[in-house]
Amino acid sequence: MKTLHEIVKSHDAIHRRTLLSSAAALAASAVVGQAAFAQTPRRGGRLVVAADSEPRNINPAIVASNGVFHVSSKIVEPLAEAAFGTPDGLAPRLALSWAGSADGLSATFRLRPNVTWHDGKPFTSADVAFSALEIWKKLQNLGRVVFKDLAAVDTPDLLTAVFRFSRPTPFQLIRNALPALTAVVPKHVYEGTDIGANRANAAPVGTGPFRFAETKPGEYTRLVRNPAYWAAGQPHLDEIVFRVLPDRAAAAGALEAGEVHLAAFSQVPLADLPRIGSVRGLSVVTKGYEALTYQLIVEINHRRPELADVRVRRAIAHAIDRDFVVKTVFLGYATASDSPVPKYDGQFHAPGLNAPGFDVARANALLDEAGYRRAAGGTRFKLRLLPAPFFNETRQFGAYLRQALAAIGIEAELVNNDAAAHLKAVYTDHAFDLSVGSPVYRGDPAISTTILAQGGLPAGVPFANQGGYQSAEMDALIARAAGMLDEKARTGLYHEFQRKVLADVPFVNVAEWGFTSVASSRLRNVDTNPRWAVSNWADVWLDA
Amino acid sequence: MRGARLVSRRLLGVVPVLAIVIVGTFFLLEASSGDAVDAYLVSTGGDRGLADQLRRDWGLDRSAWARLALFVSSLARFDLGWSVAFSRPVVEVVLERLPNTLLLMGTAIALAFGAGSILGIVAANRPGSAVDRALSLGSLAIYAIPGFWLGLVLIVVFAVQLRLLPSGGIETIASGKQGLERAGDIARHLVLPVAALGMVYLALYLRMMRAGMIETWRHDFVRAALARGLPRRQVVWRHIARNALLPLVTMLGLQAASMLGGSVVIESVFAVPGLGRLAHEAVAQRDTPLLLGVILVGAVVVIAANLAVDLLYAWLDPRVGAGPETAA
Repeated sequence: MKTLHEIVKSHDAIHRRTLLSSAAALAASAVVGQAAFAQTPRRGGRLVVAADSEPRNINPAIVASNGVFHVSSKIVEPLAEAAFGTPDGLAPRLALSWAGSADGLSATFRLRPNVTWHDGKPFTSADVAFSALEIWKKLQNLGRVVFKDLAAVDTPDLLTAVFRFSRPTPFQLIRNALPALTAVVPKHVYEGTDIGANRANAAPVGTGPFRFAETKPGEYTRLVRNPAYWAAGQPHLDEIVFRVLPDRAAAAGALEAGEVHLAAFSQVPLADLPRIGSVRGLSVVTKGYEALTYQLIVEINHRRPELADVRVRRAIAHAIDRDFVVKTVFLGYATASDSPVPKYDGQFHAPGLNAPGFDVARANALLDEAGYRRAAGGTRFKLRLLPAPFFNETRQFGAYLRQALAAIGIEAELVNNDAAAHLKAVYTDHAFDLSVGSPVYRGDPAISTTILAQGGLPAGVPFANQGGYQSAEMDALIARAAGMLDEKARTGLYHEFQRKVLADVPFVNVAEWGFTSVASSRLRNVDTNPRWAVSNWADVWLDA
Repeated sequence: MRGARLVSRRLLGVVPVLAIVIVGTFFLLEASSGDAVDAYLVSTGGDRGLADQLRRDWGLDRSAWARLALFVSSLARFDLGWSVAFSRPVVEVVLERLPNTLLLMGTAIALAFGAGSILGIVAANRPGSAVDRALSLGSLAIYAIPGFWLGLVLIVVFAVQLRLLPSGGIETIASGKQGLERAGDIARHLVLPVAALGMVYLALYLRMMRAGMIETWRHDFVRAALARGLPRRQVVWRHIARNALLPLVTMLGLQAASMLGGSVVIESVFAVPGLGRLAHEAVAQRDTPLLLGVILVGAVVVIAANLAVDLLYAWLDPRVGAGPETAA
């Protein structure tokens, strides 16, 4: 029988991805998946994974980022992981159940019994309390926002942790944050030390299916099976080796040569996928990234008088042919956006949005109406366009946008920077007019999206509204949603937020995309949850 | 004696060179937009408090002059400082990578110099012959190929299609091999990157050697040697080749630096954890102490190579390094 990922070859991946975006298809595919993987998993083997970078700190409790999770999620576990087809989209990990109080001032987690750390000590509620108060709240890049009102964590017994908030905090937000923000680390390793400088940040001690074994800088990081893992019979693999392959073409070569079993996070460039996908023994997988959606957006500097006019911003939104971008820049591996919340998120994506369509005539009319008539050469005004260097696609879209703007009489000068320089130019110095950004959507607008429209942020906060857009109405809406306890009302406020973004155009949403994996056909269970590449891989196995 | 004087004179000249290199590199990186915290936040994001805290922790809240002074003062104590990108002492990070780069460069230079000069002699032996034309055309073609492209082609042919050699890395991952077995494993891993790095220089040496040989053939001392009845083989090797080698030796020193530059790309393509790749990472991460460490160690390697070249040159051509007082 063909396995699911063998079916998902590159030529039909696009079609499949579109199919998968509906919840019904997801549920159906889970059934297909189970049938396809009904074989008995083979125990043993070393999985070699291509890694394009090697983060210095792989403690996911401190650094909540996909680059860190890629390695650390096998070692250190969160309270819950994202899942297909469960009521709240979650599957238990270190917590077995979770519930929020009606007043939003507490959240109770029942923890998994009989779990031990890799050093043999028992896992208890004290570890959760320590991680939450001392690391997530104080040190973690995202936890500093979500857990800012966390005042205490009560531990009535060894397997119960009760989070106490000083201000009402929506449990919906906490729940959506569980997979990415709640990696639990051992109190006995970190307590009384300088947490940021603890050696365990480079060699983590966790409860996960794999233990950290060794790292050779510039070469590889090796993880080995945790024989005392709490899930009976798991993990199936003996070892996982993350091999550092900084050159993307070389990573594709290593896959073809059979030296590497998996390249996740689109490490193989999109343009190479059709060729790689047709190589015998390799498959292109697009499923398993649903909860790791990235968004292609145009950030706008409202300090420029021309761009302060909403008609000009709307004209820019009308100038972009989103379907063309999906087809040419993303080669089909993306979806056109109509909102700041990705379409896949059925929980928050607003229905019936009236997104600006591709309409050059309308764009030109809007610019004329705004008083920016074409000069003799056909140009209305000039501006600086800074494409983020983070992905091939952000750079390529920059080149497309320049042409799209030329069609409506705006001459854009492309300014290309490396990552650090781009971050400073856009988010600290505001030395841009338009910028192409790629924020990641983290399953709840409060964690990742509202910050793109929120006013009054200090300069230097990256991936946030640094374009000077300021709306008292928008800020009030964001604040109300952040404190709204009723889930339905909170969701409703985020629908309103999306409509407000489309009306005010603080930034323009263009496309949303997940990543692709290229995997050996021997590798099984490569797409079993919506955060697969950053999940624990306890169920992954290598066929003979 | 002559060698010792040459060495000491060279070493004295090195100090100002290194000082210029350090200050120049420091301010070049300083002039580029964004600092180590910006580079760090690229992959994590974070609020303003986090950025400020990191800048304080990493000493980036101080002025550039203050940081340069700090670096120079610690350098005076032979301390290369702390790498924020790796959270480790710079000296550890650099020394870990240095052997790989030396091995890669050394082997590539040996291959290029050895094979290039011998093939150059072969080509010049009968100028215009079929062998000469084939070698000249081949070397011209190779010289025109960019190293990274050659590297990728070598990977596709020898690692992907034929599966004869590994596609990258310096040795088999976590293989547990020891001794000779490990040396053999490393040698297998070096074949493709050395070929990619060294072929261009091999072509260059071949062409230079060929031109030098043809040029030297015309000198009177060659005719004199032949007239004295010395065997042709002896004339070619001891008289002509020795003289034709001189410009190649000069090139050798110059190329130690450019090869270090070329290794940045080759080390990335072949995933060799060396100094070149480290320099690239240091720039991307705006890790000034690390970049200075790499540049300093690189400069020392280049200076040492040039010193060796000078000594070799002095041995090949006794007129060199004699100095005015001995020449008189």
